[in-house]
Amino acid sequence: MTYRLAVVSAGIGEPSSTRLLAERLAQATGQALGGQAEIHVVALRDLAHEVANAVLTGFPAGALREAVDTVVGADALIAVTPIFNASYSGLFKSFFDVLEPDSLAGKPVLIGATGGTPRHSLALEHALRPLFAYLRAVVVPTAVYAAAEDWGGQLTDRIGLAGGELANLVAGTPKPVRQDPYENVVPFEQLLAGNG
Amino acid sequence: MQFGIFTVGDVTTDPTTGRTPTEAERIKAMVAIALKAEEVGLDVFATGEHHNPPFVPSSPTTMLGYVAARTERLILSTSTTLITTNDPVKIAEDFAMLQHLADGRVDLMLGRGNTGPVYPWFGQDIRQGIPLAVENYALLHRLWREDVVDWQGRFRTPLQGFTSTPRPLDGVPPFVWHGSIRSPEIAEQAAYYGDGFFANNIFWPADHFQRLIGLYRERYEHYGHGKADQAIVGLGGQVFLRRNSQDAVREFRPYFDNAPVYGHGPSLEEFTSQTPLTVGSPQQVIDRTLRFREDFGDYQRQLFLIDHAGLPLKTVLEQLDLLGEEVIPVLRKEYDALRPAHVPQAPTHASLLAARQEVRA
Repeated sequence: MTYRLAVVSAGIGEPSSTRLLAERLAQATGQALGGQAEIHVVALRDLAHEVANAVLTGFPAGALREAVDTVVGADALIAVTPIFNASYSGLFKSFFDVLEPDSLAGKPVLIGATGGTPRHSLALEHALRPLFAYLRAVVVPTAVYAAAEDWGGQLTDRIGLAGGELANLVAGTPKPVRQDPYENVVPFEQLLAGNG
Repeated sequence: MQFGIFTVGDVTTDPTTGRTPTEAERIKAMVAIALKAEEVGLDVFATGEHHNPPFVPSSPTTMLGYVAARTERLILSTSTTLITTNDPVKIAEDFAMLQHLADGRVDLMLGRGNTGPVYPWFGQDIRQGIPLAVENYALLHRLWREDVVDWQGRFRTPLQGFTSTPRPLDGVPPFVWHGSIRSPEIAEQAAYYGDGFFANNIFWPADHFQRLIGLYRERYEHYGHGKADQAIVGLGGQVFLRRNSQDAVREFRPYFDNAPVYGHGPSLEEFTSQTPLTVGSPQQVIDRTLRFREDFGDYQRQLFLIDHAGLPLKTVLEQLDLLGEEVIPVLRKEYDALRPAHVPQAPTHASLLAARQEVRA
């Protein structure tokens, strides 16, 4: 069985330490799944205009639509953002704002963040974790924060720990059955009876 | 095939001059546009209903009654009538009255409205939008078909021995379209009653509306009103025309770039490729509109939005001239030639009356 891992990186730089962390997390998860993983990276930097357009028009167009389908259709999501002003970046939040309600319900998620100093590490706990809790995703206990200085320290162990947690969660989660509202319509008699 | 225009009724500053029309000017402009629609050979004029600035049409049947008195052929309709926040009893009365005054040239499109505060201003809750649409229409449907109604529901005070007056003209209720951008429940509702389904079709990509219309057609057949391809479908569209397509693009761009709703977002080029918006020559509008038929099947009503985003009245009237002279006659001919014999035209008062008399005979 192959698992589809969607990796969302809100890194701005090129190259980007946020994207590097995201890819490392994906590799660790893939290894913990015995290599049974397809990794699909969504770099939000390339979609910034389309994200802003979707906020205004209400529909994701072009490459953004493919990215949304990738994320919504994945077996698990790895979401990584730079920390700006004590929270996720605006681009990161806007991407999740244009998803349909309930798109991520029940989805296993691993959260990560990068920053200049270790002082912002708890932004993962007070900003990202509540966001995904609201979206009714299932976030693994270990979140991975990488400050500039961490790239010389224990980061690899923590990446491995978090990837292992996500792999265990994915492997134990039944494949989501997506309800298609245009296929499975509520019969009108039921709507009339007030049981829509 | 019916062709017409639908208006939101927004008061918007013309971005090229900085001038904002007064409410009086906008209301009179809407009437002038409706009269011009008849003059150039269009079939339908539909007005929106709103209860907040910068929109003026809060009282559609007042406006449509006035237009009725000054026209002879034009079908008067709405885009949309709020089935959620209006009392269904008042809708039944207002539109039956309008039917009599307009000699039957009336139908209406029901919608829910997406402006949160309007619901509490009228004593309702937007989270109940679908249940309100379902219950209120169930009552409206009965009020037009049963002379005396006893009724009790969740959202309105009960009725005992109530007769909605005047009764519909010739005992034929106005034809109803149900408008929706994304709700499968509304497609299901339209299918259940055998009513029309109108896909706004303006802001979103075609494949989205294909699913919604596909669902409506399939359920229309399921409920026994006819084959899926006989279901009554209307589509919105949005056009800006000049004889020369470069002129159309140059002139429309500042209006597009500053338009309420999508302005300052996608470029004109992106939006025209992603949605049905067509900015160009009459031939381009013809080609693009004919593609709707390929996307959605044979359909019965095409409405265009042509008077928003601060476009001046003079420009809008020129749009109507071009539509009437160069676009609609070609589309009418093409659609009529392509439509199979078993696919019906949009119901009108005359056709519904004839059908009723046939059943009685």
